[in-house]
Amino acid sequence: MPADTLMAKPHARPQPLAAPLVALRGIGKRFANVVANESIDLELRAGEVHVLLGENGAGKSTLVALLSGLLQPDAGQIIVDGSPMRILSPGAALALGIGTVFQHVMLSPALTVAENLLLGQGWWRRPARAALDQAVGAIARDFGLNVDLDAVTGELSLGEQQQVEIIRGLLRQTRLLIFDESTSMLTPQGIEELGALMRRLVERGLAIVFITHKLDEARRFGDRITVLRLGRKVGEISSERLEALDDASAHQEIVSLMFETIKATGEAVVGKERKRVAMSGKPLLELRDITVTGQSGSTGIEAISLSVWPGEVLGIAGIDGNGQKLIAEAIAGQRRLDSGKITFGGIAIDNLDVGARRKLGIRYLTDDRLSEGSVAAFAVSANLLLKEIGKEPFWSRGFTRTAVIDVHANAQVKEFDVRTPSIRTPIGKLSGGNIQKALLARELFGDARLVIFSKPTYGLDYNNIVTSRRRIAEVGARGIAVILISTDLEEILALSDRIAVMSRGRIAGILENTGDARLAVGGLMVGGALEHG
Amino acid sequence: MEGLLQVPFLTALLAGAVTAGIPLLLAGLGEQMSEKAGVLNVGIEGMMLGGAYAGFLTAISSGSIWLGFLAGACGGALVAVPMVILCVQRGLNQIVIGIGLTLGLEGLTAILHHVQFSRTYPRLARVETLPIPLLSDIPILGPALFDRHPFVYLAFLLVPALAILYRGTNFGLWLRAAGDRPAALDVTGIDVIATRTVAVIFTGLMAGLGGAFLANVGAGIFVPFMTHGDGFIGVVLAMLARGRAASVLAGAMIFGGCLSLTTAFQIAGVNVPTDVIQMLPFATVMVVLIVFGRQASLPVALGLPYVRGER
Ligand SMILES: Nc1ncnc2c1ncn2[C@@H]1O[C@H](COP(=O)(O)OP(=O)(O)OP(=O)(O)O)[C@@H](O)[C@H]1O
Ligand SMILES: [Mg+2]
Repeated sequence: MPADTLMAKPHARPQPLAAPLVALRGIGKRFANVVANESIDLELRAGEVHVLLGENGAGKSTLVALLSGLLQPDAGQIIVDGSPMRILSPGAALALGIGTVFQHVMLSPALTVAENLLLGQGWWRRPARAALDQAVGAIARDFGLNVDLDAVTGELSLGEQQQVEIIRGLLRQTRLLIFDESTSMLTPQGIEELGALMRRLVERGLAIVFITHKLDEARRFGDRITVLRLGRKVGEISSERLEALDDASAHQEIVSLMFETIKATGEAVVGKERKRVAMSGKPLLELRDITVTGQSGSTGIEAISLSVWPGEVLGIAGIDGNGQKLIAEAIAGQRRLDSGKITFGGIAIDNLDVGARRKLGIRYLTDDRLSEGSVAAFAVSANLLLKEIGKEPFWSRGFTRTAVIDVHANAQVKEFDVRTPSIRTPIGKLSGGNIQKALLARELFGDARLVIFSKPTYGLDYNNIVTSRRRIAEVGARGIAVILISTDLEEILALSDRIAVMSRGRIAGILENTGDARLAVGGLMVGGALEHG
Repeated sequence: MEGLLQVPFLTALLAGAVTAGIPLLLAGLGEQMSEKAGVLNVGIEGMMLGGAYAGFLTAISSGSIWLGFLAGACGGALVAVPMVILCVQRGLNQIVIGIGLTLGLEGLTAILHHVQFSRTYPRLARVETLPIPLLSDIPILGPALFDRHPFVYLAFLLVPALAILYRGTNFGLWLRAAGDRPAALDVTGIDVIATRTVAVIFTGLMAGLGGAFLANVGAGIFVPFMTHGDGFIGVVLAMLARGRAASVLAGAMIFGGCLSLTTAFQIAGVNVPTDVIQMLPFATVMVVLIVFGRQASLPVALGLPYVRGER
């Protein structure tokens, strides 16, 4: 990686304000009973990274959909190059030079990566593979892409798919490029690369919209910050002001805009006193030498051995796509082992199915919340009980007890702060972060003894990250064993007692989470990554 | 029974398989494109009937078999238009509309037949064949495959043509994306509705041609309900073919063979009740579904309407 990609943005910042490339005037959009956007004014200028912040459900992605031609505003105007425009289709948006990297990856799982990247070309032509290789190669020099172009998209991890989605955005000739939470699944290194890349793009004269939940990214990568709240714009921090503020006061100002009532603590992390787990006792979960082959080209896992004790939080760090998901699936029972042994509470569970393992108290919160984690068309209340269907007290002798289910749903929605119009709303209609909260609520319900969290806070806003992390810490404190898989090193360091680092399907090392763990873990992660290239 | 393995029997069996298989092939190929794009088109039976009627009427009144095929294709496509408007554009349930179209066309063509043909029962002359030099002299295979009306050759040529379209062009990618995750196609600036519309109209054209072949070449006459579920067999073929045109061809010939057993047995003088023999293709469908049904891999968005921006 060239050294300059890690550099922060330069201090001297541009010239007098240019006329906006795209401006929104009084934009409004409502769905049945949700006001997603209301009288929003926004100016997007060439040469600026414009950050959009806002809690889950604030209406950021809706605004993106309006700009990319997926939705039409109910009120207001979109002005491009000074004249009002109606962006009637995604094709029209692309023709205007507006490109989007979507929050929920918009790739066809059945197609290969290359085929997905080639979709938008003349119908009669042969897919122009050679040209694609060249173009991707050029981009990969700026922004590392560790994905095989011939891999079937659906078999990639979500993090890898997000890289592909970013590459697709960069492949197009755009004047305005929108990144909707594009750093949510990237590694720290990937995030820095994307930040540096955005900087170079705006210097070349592009306008960029960058949506994130991470305040430090907003501050470091952005020139201007707009904060949305409940569909309205509640504030904008101009580039001059952003420049003038020091880190702490910028942070304070943003957080108070976003959440008003909440005090900024300056730390998204629950302070956790690390305990030494009594590793003398019997471990609750023991993996001995397990091996699972990856499907068609994706990384498998090899000779994984680890143990987890009750009450312990074991973090699994590593660059996305290095086999973390396979470990989780093997423990949850979604994958057959090629070899090796898993024991849980003293019994071998290799041959038990998912349901039986769940009964034993094994819970798995997938990172793939849209396709694997939830049934989009089912009500929130049903999704909260997806894994309890047919069981007492919600079902009795084959009858559904709606009243009991509703009471449960209302309580869960309240406790986990799931923002939904009603418990009957299909879960697919919620914002990404709120779906995640509902799934968290579901997995923590009942007699859990081991909970596997896969990227539990990805896509959550600041406030919810704090509460979710607190919840995970509480789970551990209750004596439940926790496996925390995350690509976010901060999260791992904040919550884990011990940290296992994955690299290329193997465990590169397991360390105590002591003061100097950060460097050691980072070293193991990157060490693996370097070999990779 | 001893006549069974002799040349006349095998020739008749094979020739019959091709004659009966061509409408299935066309229906299957047509349906395949719709299904790839995410539209389950059970209206195809109605499209075949529409094509058979229009094709026969035109051929009998103009005297031109080729005009008949043209009219058949147009007839099938015309029946596909409501499918496009209601299901692709308005997002109504594809199965309900498809069944409605099939029932509607069964009724409509039966009435038209009653009014126009039921007193005279007009018949088309046997079509001229175009023997291919040398190849048509091969015993058994020759007469069955290489001494046919040129339309048959064209129908077979469609198979590689479609294979190239699916494998070697961007349009092939669009179709797969439209059936797998339409939103992923939409955001690249390609119109999902337009892609699906093309696919469904193509299904209509192919089904119409299949129907016209059935009436003009296979039977030489139009009678009500003459497609006998060929369209539905086409749906099954497309589902089992895993997106490959060549597999539709293979399936069509197997089912065509079952259908032609009837005639072949009669030529061989075997006495089996016709009811039993007519059941054969459907029994085959069931067997095939049991054996291969698990292997069918259907597009994820098959049967689902696409509404832009919907969550
Ligand atoms: N197509 C839709 N149908 C119904 N409701 C919708 C639709 N799209 C968005 N909403 C609702 O509009 C509100 C704003 O959602 P949006 O996805 O824009 O939030 P967001 O700011 O992107 O949140 P997150 O950070 O969680 O992604 C939410 O309450 C959501 O449930
Ligand atoms: Mg969003």
